[in-house]
Amino acid sequence: MKLSTLTLVVSVAAGSAMAGPIAPADVVFTEYGAVEASLSGQPGDAANGAKIMTTKSTGNCIACHEVSALSEAPFHGNVGPSLDGVADRWSEAELRGILSNAKKTYEGTVMPAYYKVDGFTRPGNAYTGKAAEGALDPLLSAQQIEDVVAFLSTLKDE
Amino acid sequence: MKFKAMTAIAALAVSAPALLLADADDDTLIVNGEIEMITKAPAPEHLSGVLDEIVSGWHMRSDETQVMQADDFDNPGMIYTEQALDDWNAVNGTKGKSCASCHGDVEESMKGVRAVYPKWNDSKEKVYTMEMQINDCLTDGMGADAWKKSGAQMAAMEALISVQSRGMPMNVAIDGPAEATWEWGKELYYTRTGQLDLSCASCHEENYGNHIRSDHLSQGQTNGFPVYRLKNAKLTTVHGRFKGCVRDTRAETYSPGSDEFVALELYVASRGNGLSVEGPSVRN
Repeated sequence: MKLSTLTLVVSVAAGSAMAGPIAPADVVFTEYGAVEASLSGQPGDAANGAKIMTTKSTGNCIACHEVSALSEAPFHGNVGPSLDGVADRWSEAELRGILSNAKKTYEGTVMPAYYKVDGFTRPGNAYTGKAAEGALDPLLSAQQIEDVVAFLSTLKDE
Repeated sequence: MKFKAMTAIAALAVSAPALLLADADDDTLIVNGEIEMITKAPAPEHLSGVLDEIVSGWHMRSDETQVMQADDFDNPGMIYTEQALDDWNAVNGTKGKSCASCHGDVEESMKGVRAVYPKWNDSKEKVYTMEMQINDCLTDGMGADAWKKSGAQMAAMEALISVQSRGMPMNVAIDGPAEATWEWGKELYYTRTGQLDLSCASCHEENYGNHIRSDHLSQGQTNGFPVYRLKNAKLTTVHGRFKGCVRDTRAETYSPGSDEFVALELYVASRGNGLSVEGPSVRN
């Protein structure tokens, strides 16, 4: 355990593209909730990020957020703030942190943590209403988070 | 009949045309042109500092859905009350009794009942839902089999009993012996569950009036239950709806009829004290 943690820290510190995905439990947040290192070690694909954001079975971000650039998808919600110009307000690391676990940035927010697998009350087996069997998968994979970060980083007004 | 339908339409026509998307509308609900529903009311005292006004989920629905509830001939939930009336009068069980054997005319004996449930049951020493009372009547009173919790037959009987109180304000007691159960229900209301980590309050207190995708979030009031949901084309009970909500947080749900849901039902009902009983209401 010690060894693997050390290996992880070393590879993160080196910013190595060879590193595998960082496990949800090993994500390092800054004091303000940002995550500096890419979760997958790979660059994100903005086009795929847009798809994740509008797909109900994956990110479904527009369920709660309006995004003008995604206006071809119907029914954007307004529980969360509009994401237009979000890249002017947040850095890539901050966006990654908010996606991974928004409560590290906004205490008590209703936004789910998309890269977190423990600490839940009565975790279920997806949307079956039954108890989870075994370990949970994060709501989005490391690469999916990176893809969404890449798309969000294109949302600039200025 | 024609006249009543016209009254209903007229009642809806007063709505302001340019409404903010996020707000409850200003329509008024008068059922059959005669039962004036209280669909907005000052919040009960126990919600002081939390909510100023309580609002029926009827206001969050489209005009097309709203108008269905304004006339019993257009309300698909009403058909189930007729089925339940057959059950009410049918002899069932080893004691040769029907509901009517003890309770007579449902329109008289059940008036006001729905408005005060769940309520403390002195002899059983716990908070009872209408469903628990109905099943006690079936098993102990009639010598019949209990009905499935939150099942279709139960939902229909709840609808029949609710109809007798339509228009009357919800008024469940939360003090005295019911207080501990109410406190537990409150705790459950604010407990965030599942991998989405959401409580009842996350959507229905912090975000009512907002949209999740196309869904216009209500305050989650229970005064309209059982509800005829257009998406399911059948009646849904309070516990059935609780289960669906908890499931949608990616959590392991509680079961209909569980102690947890009984406590939660009491608490949520108390948040609607002052709103008219609407059941069976129509929602999407």
